[in-house]
Amino acid sequence: MRPAAPKTLTVNGRSVRLTAADRQKNLLVFLREDLDLTGAKRGCGIGVCGACTVLADNRPLRACRTRVADVVGRRLTTIEGLAAPDGSLHPLQQAFIDHGAIQCGYCTPGMVLTAHAFLLKHPEPTRQEARKAISANLCRCTGYQQIIDAILAAAPAYKKKE
Amino acid sequence: MKEKAWRNDAEAKVTGRARYTDDLKLAGMLHAVPVYGDDVHAKIIAVDTEAAAKSRGVVRVVTARDVPGSNRGGQILKDVPILADDKIRYHGDVAAVVVAETRPQAVAAARRVRVRTEPLPKILDPDEALAPGAPLVHEEHGTNLIHRHVIRRGDVARGFSESAFVVDEEFRTPFVEHAYLEPEAALCHVREDGVVEVRGSMQHPYSTRRFVAEFLGLPLARVEIVGTPMGGGFGGKDDTAALVCARTALGAWLTGRPVKMTYDREWSMRESYKRHPYRMRYRMGVGADGLIRAVRCRIVADGGAYCSVSPWVTWRSTVQCCGPYVVPHVDGEVSSVYTNHVFTGAMRGFGSPQVNFAVEQLVEIAAEKAGLSGVEFRRRNMVRQGSTTVTGQVLEGHAVSMSEVLDRVLAASGYEEKLARSSRGRGEGDFYGLGLAMSYRGVSLGAEGTDVCAAVVSVQFDGSVLLETGVHENGQGAESVMILLLAEELGVDRGAIVYRRPSTSSVPDSGTTVASRATIMGGGAVSRAAAEVRLQMAGAVADDLGCRPEEIRFAGGRLTAPGGRSVGFAEAAQRLYRDQKYPYALGVFPAPHVDWDESRGQGRAYFTWVYGCQAVELTVGRRTGKIRLLNAWAAHDVGRAVNQASLLGQFYGGMAMGAGYGLFEQAAMERGRLRSLNYDTYRIPRSTDLPEMTAIVLENRDPLSPSGAKSIGEPANEIMAPAIANAYYHATGRRCFRLPIGGGK
Repeated sequence: MRPAAPKTLTVNGRSVRLTAADRQKNLLVFLREDLDLTGAKRGCGIGVCGACTVLADNRPLRACRTRVADVVGRRLTTIEGLAAPDGSLHPLQQAFIDHGAIQCGYCTPGMVLTAHAFLLKHPEPTRQEARKAISANLCRCTGYQQIIDAILAAAPAYKKKE
Repeated sequence: MKEKAWRNDAEAKVTGRARYTDDLKLAGMLHAVPVYGDDVHAKIIAVDTEAAAKSRGVVRVVTARDVPGSNRGGQILKDVPILADDKIRYHGDVAAVVVAETRPQAVAAARRVRVRTEPLPKILDPDEALAPGAPLVHEEHGTNLIHRHVIRRGDVARGFSESAFVVDEEFRTPFVEHAYLEPEAALCHVREDGVVEVRGSMQHPYSTRRFVAEFLGLPLARVEIVGTPMGGGFGGKDDTAALVCARTALGAWLTGRPVKMTYDREWSMRESYKRHPYRMRYRMGVGADGLIRAVRCRIVADGGAYCSVSPWVTWRSTVQCCGPYVVPHVDGEVSSVYTNHVFTGAMRGFGSPQVNFAVEQLVEIAAEKAGLSGVEFRRRNMVRQGSTTVTGQVLEGHAVSMSEVLDRVLAASGYEEKLARSSRGRGEGDFYGLGLAMSYRGVSLGAEGTDVCAAVVSVQFDGSVLLETGVHENGQGAESVMILLLAEELGVDRGAIVYRRPSTSSVPDSGTTVASRATIMGGGAVSRAAAEVRLQMAGAVADDLGCRPEEIRFAGGRLTAPGGRSVGFAEAAQRLYRDQKYPYALGVFPAPHVDWDESRGQGRAYFTWVYGCQAVELTVGRRTGKIRLLNAWAAHDVGRAVNQASLLGQFYGGMAMGAGYGLFEQAAMERGRLRSLNYDTYRIPRSTDLPEMTAIVLENRDPLSPSGAKSIGEPANEIMAPAIANAYYHATGRRCFRLPIGGGK
């Protein structure tokens, strides 16, 4: 007999029980409508712009192209889960603010999470590596320059964690 | 690190707490979606809604028959059927709106609406549209010509006869999509006081209010547009955003329940207006001394199915049709024309990116013929302090810093040395080249129309301050700039000020947050309001401090007399309240005087100008033709930097958008139907498409701006494409007369 399918999902450290209907839902819709986690945005609906990016076990994922069933049992992080439980900002979030990396803010949650996943793996990136790391996330406001500044500025905080 | 950046909305946006329109929910909320036909030009026989109305979850299917007010919207000509009635004029016309309990139900039912039509001949070429006997897009308009601006200065025949040579060229630019990351969205409900409350992603709340009120047949006071965070506009969230709000509001009006309409990207790209494609025929005559003698230009803009702001966009093209150069004899015509293409309207740059693409190449072509370098040719012809522009405006009352920005870019980029190294189509390996472009840009609306902005400053009993202005936060950081200016004016910490997101019901109509006018116009209004509040507060404590009110200085959270005696800001506020007076003011900033003679295209077009220059260094793959940007530099005289990080963000963002325009952006059309409907088929720059960018900020405070600041949002955007085109020429020896450059590889 096959083991019973896991019926929970961990979102920002909290366990979420899933119904059979939930598992059939689009992940972005589930996060936004059912869990009221609206930080992940719908930009294109086809997985190209990156505004819906969330992390599954610290790897970037396009929520708009993912079914809830595909991430059952995994650890999801949305932008709402990046700051400390007491609300103090993650160093990467602070760097985005300090370096003027935010304009309209619509790409920001996906951009921050993509950068977070990248820095966890590469805590000492070059400027070019940081530029490449966000190449699958579109931003129409900033020209990316201050986003790259922010990623490089936040990198030392990841080094210390190791 | 430099001073840390600051924005009032940054923390909310970086934590996901910022709620954009689609993030909001109201109890009992319904969902609406638009219905399109598949015609490009057709007579409507009927819109069959019965099957859709019976679909699961559907509460109402709304068509033109349900409109209680006027079904014609528009900012200049009221020519848009907000719900299609007589005809389909382009592929994005909305024939109905389906309102249902859930969005999937609405989407499913929308497929069951049938738009029955009788096809009409399509008009897709603006030149053909102007030919006698061409079918009309709007029969009642009598012609497909939306508007024609002229500019007549001197005597071009004489100018050409005095010329040693003449350059004749034709340039073309494509449809371009704004590609704001957040698609259109609106959330409307009818409040218990009978007011229709509208939230939505838009950059012109006052215009949206007019659209909604006229559509519903309500007075302006019964429609309230409430500011909501928005995910980018770039000029694109004006007409279409207002139309989406109006249709959503009608859904709420008819059902009595809150209605939300959130667009899919495909609907957004299909329906929303674009940047105008231009066809520009230029003839430039140059004397043996390298001075431009005459320019004749005939420019035709594809306005698409509706007027939108085409007459204003093309007016700016008219004023700036010769670039930042002195030309004694000019004969120009800029026409906007109805076709059955998607309509075109405002987009960052607003008619300048097109003409700059032409003119900044034209001067280099002329320079080469004259045996001069592009830089030397520009120096001989460019505007200087006291120069007269092609519209007869004398540039005075502010620093004309054209040569300053040029020099700064030449120095920063190492221009002369790199230009000498450029391949010009020769040598081994990839081609290498450097190029530049420059412009002057009239600030704010100019003689386009009424230009006024309001701000309300209200100091509370405890010394905290509420600020509202008519400037809208498009994502550019306008609110933060307003806060910083007020903090400086009142001598208080920025943390003491709360920017209350304005509603159209609390701040008088301040026009639209476009035309790079937020900082100068909103800042002007803030300065005026602050001056009034200072007078009130100083008046209340002057006797105590033993001085005259006007001698009191506001700084460090205190009011200080010349002798050093002082009183705290909050204490001064409390004195006023106790005297039964309010530290409260409405500040109004009307734009300084401009004038315009439309028959000759002459006048003081703008009250001040921003001067800018940009250079680009690139390689072009010898076999692939692929363009790679290596570096980019931009120098602009912004008057004064108010918020350094946001200012730099406008530089970089403007350059990036301009790079996309130059390199690969074009909304592909197939017989009137848009083929680029999402980011897979409409490419915008990714991080790896862009080079490191250098921003050079010049600050010659502008005496006509109360804060000294001018603008940057559009100047940074409008000369990137010609800079790339000139670099491409220096690399390959090939001129690009069409965008995108090099065929968009």
